[in-house]
Amino acid sequence: MTERWLVAMSGGVDSSVAAALLARAGHEVVGVTMDLGSGREAAVAGSKRCCGLPDADDAREVAAALGIRHYTANYRDEFEREVVAPFVAEYAAGRTPIPCIACNRVLKFDLLLRRAEALGARGVATGHYARIDRAPGGGLGLFRPRDRAKDQTYFLFDLPRSVLDRVAFPLGGLEKRDVRALARELGLATAEKPESQGLCFVPDGDVRGALARLAPGDARAPGPIAARDGPVLGEHTGAAGFTPGQRRGLGLAGGPWYVAEVRTAENTVLVARGEELRASRVRVENASWLDGAPPEGPVRAAVRYRHQTVSARVRPTSGGGAELDFAEPVWAPAPGQAAVVWDAADERVLGGGWIAAAG
Amino acid sequence: MEPIYLDHNASAPLRPEALRAFAAAAAGTFGNASSAHAFGAEARAVLSRARRQVATLAGVAPETIVFTSGATESNNTVFRALGSGAHAVVCATEHPSVLEEAAALRVRGPRVTLLEVGRDGRVDPARFAAALAPGTALASVALANHETGVIQPIAELAELAAARGVRFHCDAAQALGKLPLGLRAWPVDWASFSAHKLGGPKGIGALYVRPGAPFEALLRGGAHERGRRAGTENVPAVAGFGAACEAAGAALDGEAKRVAELRDALWAGIARAVPDAVRNGSHEHVLPHVLDVSFPGVSGEALVEALDLEHVAVSTGAACHSGSTEPSPVLLAMGVPDALARAALRMSLGPTTTRAQLQRVLELLPALVARVRRARAA
Repeated sequence: MTERWLVAMSGGVDSSVAAALLARAGHEVVGVTMDLGSGREAAVAGSKRCCGLPDADDAREVAAALGIRHYTANYRDEFEREVVAPFVAEYAAGRTPIPCIACNRVLKFDLLLRRAEALGARGVATGHYARIDRAPGGGLGLFRPRDRAKDQTYFLFDLPRSVLDRVAFPLGGLEKRDVRALARELGLATAEKPESQGLCFVPDGDVRGALARLAPGDARAPGPIAARDGPVLGEHTGAAGFTPGQRRGLGLAGGPWYVAEVRTAENTVLVARGEELRASRVRVENASWLDGAPPEGPVRAAVRYRHQTVSARVRPTSGGGAELDFAEPVWAPAPGQAAVVWDAADERVLGGGWIAAAG
Repeated sequence: MEPIYLDHNASAPLRPEALRAFAAAAAGTFGNASSAHAFGAEARAVLSRARRQVATLAGVAPETIVFTSGATESNNTVFRALGSGAHAVVCATEHPSVLEEAAALRVRGPRVTLLEVGRDGRVDPARFAAALAPGTALASVALANHETGVIQPIAELAELAAARGVRFHCDAAQALGKLPLGLRAWPVDWASFSAHKLGGPKGIGALYVRPGAPFEALLRGGAHERGRRAGTENVPAVAGFGAACEAAGAALDGEAKRVAELRDALWAGIARAVPDAVRNGSHEHVLPHVLDVSFPGVSGEALVEALDLEHVAVSTGAACHSGSTEPSPVLLAMGVPDALARAALRMSLGPTTTRAQLQRVLELLPALVARVRRARAA
């Protein structure tokens, strides 16, 4: 049956092919590129927003080649409010945020879903590498994609289950190389476009530089880098932007030293030797569970994107939080990152929460 | 499904007469109008005829018309000629090609007064007169607004300016071919025109320069256009512009009445089907083909897309070049609240608009408005 689908087109190869696949399946595809505005561009160029969006141009070119409609949707204010401002605030509080998860939940799978409804579309499709399929207990579940190297389920852990029937991930059953091959075969303008790495509004990966541009008012005073047991080992130029487990950029002798804790209130970065950073337990807050309740029994969990999962148990705590006990210690869990939980087979996403503290 | 195009203020389809003239000149009249030989003479003849056609529609003498690349260049030309230290009065609802020039003036030195408009979008002549000061070098007010179609009392404003020795510029890009113009009778020093708004080619327009008005060329490097606009003339586009003006002029009276009736029926239908819809701008002093309506609780951007998916092309009136939408600065300047300014739809009719098309729009619109509202509340 032909359905109308809204495809979130970033101007990259993945969402281009996602749109192409739905169109090829006979659906009426409406491509939408989000104009995310100044938060993004200020970080890139330090300049004021201009009207040209090169990525939207790429998406428009692909849409024209596919014979589908394409629109540019202004979500500048929402992106600033829901993604960029919390990103800055989290770092200022000494945590390590993952803005992509809020962007997915609030922009792509709430605002764009409403957009889809406004346009009479069945739902929103994206170029994410993830799968939506029948869950064992009935209903729909979120599963790892076929291409494990591109797996983005970590960034989707807090989607409400209620949206899954209005979301499609057309690339979930494909390998990345097949996606590129398909893009070439279809002659899409984005076929050879390089992979975007890291955060879209911090394209050079320099978080501290981005913070300086995004929040120029925040003080970046020099402060001590100290070992956990006391002695000051060096100096930093502002504690915000360091993350637990980080080794580079500390400039300390007698290493290797790793960031253990970021105390922005005291403008202090605490460091430790590697082994001390492993944790057997994390406490998470604002947990969300796709089955509606925390999982009982053994699960798999990871505390950072691309970390190997380990066996774990989930213990709900009061106030919507949980404690995760790991069968083997995990490396440097960072407050602000997500602890994401899959089923024991490591296939289906069960949910997770935001790390408040290790131990 | 036959597409319904209701965005003539953005650009109008090329008139058949304009296409014929454009094609004939593009195919046959390749000579440089500056050349001494017969090929050059032929090009000059095409320019001369088109100049007369444009001048006739504007109600001015042919020698006062300078061809430019469009109304943006015409507007820019007037502002760039202002000396440092001068004062300019500019209406707050002008096109960006005026407002951004005024903003640039501020950086260069001249002082700029942004003239407020009323909730109906009109300039109050008394307020205008009060804004003119000793040393005011220029006042600039568009004849008809690009978003709302609201018509300003240009003759009165120009008289007020003239009485104080202030030069007056009028952006008439949206008005040419839509209203009978007798610019010659008004003390307007410069007026800007665009071809594609009235069914001519894109990339061509004109600047009217009243005899005796000061003039400084924006582009230099030759004696083209009697030294007022250097660069080899775009002969085919000029020919198309001229033909479009002649065709628009011949149809003007009947067409203005026809589209006004259609527009009024469209508004009556919308007001019946969506009772809380708000029509923006003066209902009386407005171009006959323009209807600007806010639908409370609706994202104008989403409504434009929803209509487009049903093959109805309209605008929020404020699309930026990327296609994404800002709340209309024109409506904000009129005092329309932000939420309503984001909920606006601009429908601009044209020669090919039919009653049946508008009937279809009226059948679609209420359900789409309801759907967009529902989705937003969800």
